[in-house]
Amino acid sequence: MTLDDLHAALARAVPPIGWVDEAVRQVRADPGAIARLFPRAARACGRAPLANGWTADEAARALLLAALPKDRVAEELERLYRYGDANEKRAVLRALPLLPIGNAGVPLLHDALRTNDTRLVGAALGPYAAHLDAATWRQGVLKCVFMGLPLSCVDGLDERADEELRVMLAGLAEERAAAGRPMAADATGLLNRLAGTALRKEA
Amino acid sequence: MRIFDPHIHMTSRTTDDYERMAAAGVRALVEPAFWLGQPRTSVDSFTDYFDSLVGWEPFRAGQFGIRHHATIALNPKEANDPRCAGVLDVLPRYLEKDGVVAVGEIGYDSMTPAEDTAFAAQLALAIEHELPALVHTPHRDKARGTERTIKVIAESGIEPGRVVIDHLNEVTVKVVKESGSWAGFSIYPDTKMSPPRMVEILKEFGTERVLVNSAADWGRSDPLLTRETADLMLASGFSEDDVDLVFWRNPVAFYGQSGKLELDDVDPGAQFEGNSILRGGS
Repeated sequence: MTLDDLHAALARAVPPIGWVDEAVRQVRADPGAIARLFPRAARACGRAPLANGWTADEAARALLLAALPKDRVAEELERLYRYGDANEKRAVLRALPLLPIGNAGVPLLHDALRTNDTRLVGAALGPYAAHLDAATWRQGVLKCVFMGLPLSCVDGLDERADEELRVMLAGLAEERAAAGRPMAADATGLLNRLAGTALRKEA
Repeated sequence: MRIFDPHIHMTSRTTDDYERMAAAGVRALVEPAFWLGQPRTSVDSFTDYFDSLVGWEPFRAGQFGIRHHATIALNPKEANDPRCAGVLDVLPRYLEKDGVVAVGEIGYDSMTPAEDTAFAAQLALAIEHELPALVHTPHRDKARGTERTIKVIAESGIEPGRVVIDHLNEVTVKVVKESGSWAGFSIYPDTKMSPPRMVEILKEFGTERVLVNSAADWGRSDPLLTRETADLMLASGFSEDDVDLVFWRNPVAFYGQSGKLELDDVDPGAQFEGNSILRGGS
């Protein structure tokens, strides 16, 4: 989803889109205004589901963030995340790949992956997780399996999954089997795919 | 029976409590920011606590089908520590949150000048952010503290109907009712108010503009005393409609004044599939 896609989806879902467009104008004129507008977005636009797992409030918040001047965006982002409720934090995480911030948002992913909130952990493993180092990313994937999150929340899963992740998943599968507890089908599927790749490499 | 506990400190309670509350009929609650057993010494400790009230705790409550809202404030006891005065400066950010339905708990603990300042400043914030206010009455010197509380509320300019004055008893209920504010009662195992005493007060003063809560926290308290009081109301001749008014429609009407109360059904099955709490992991 690009910013234009989000705007179009929001315009279809929330006719009139006036609040967002006006809020975007305000943020362009006065970047500090985002502190008050960002938390209000859900009350103004609702939380209806749009496409690709986005909701109306998340889309509106992404558009507000994108309205920040380039030299302010990283700084405001950090503060909005720091003082955000769980939904605001999730909106920041989802918007990261759409913003001109390079890898400045990586500490926010680390924070989200430290939490025990499935909404935040899931949002931390979207496209922006390409900026995470391999060890952190693997721990994130494993944490999803551990928390029962669907692995569909992990962007580029099969491209990035490697032998080290296979070893970690196999260890978890063994523990689960010993405890008589099932492992989610999508995790078992990933493990099997990785095991298949390992066998092919050996052959 | 559906129960809305308008004042309970879930941060101090276990997931077992959430489970038992849900089984007893609790569908919604408000968690006011207050003091913890250990006094805090910095603003950052407060912001981490506030973050939990708008982040982790609603998530936890959601696992059990309970809708969680919060009230945010610098409490009167810690308002006396100058190291915590900066909390007042971060409040506006939190008062804008979707889940924050009032300013509170504010009011008096020891009735010091620092408490006067924090109380007045936060009533002004309630007006500015168009939120109701939850006002705690002091445990010591309660009657005079309540009278002084009513005076400060009147001076602030906030509409009395947008204020609940809490932890009342037989001695303090009348003057609060006369002031036009809502009357709050905290049912405790031994101290503030018991179910039988509560039922007597409801008989005498009626069921309008009354909030009955468990105020359960880290002290000796019981999150099921709302249900016990409701059951005793029924056994004492009150109708099911009376019980629904006191334990659901009244809190909805009071906190609904924030315009931010959300009570669409919380469906545990509709969560982001799976979670670590119900499964016992983390």
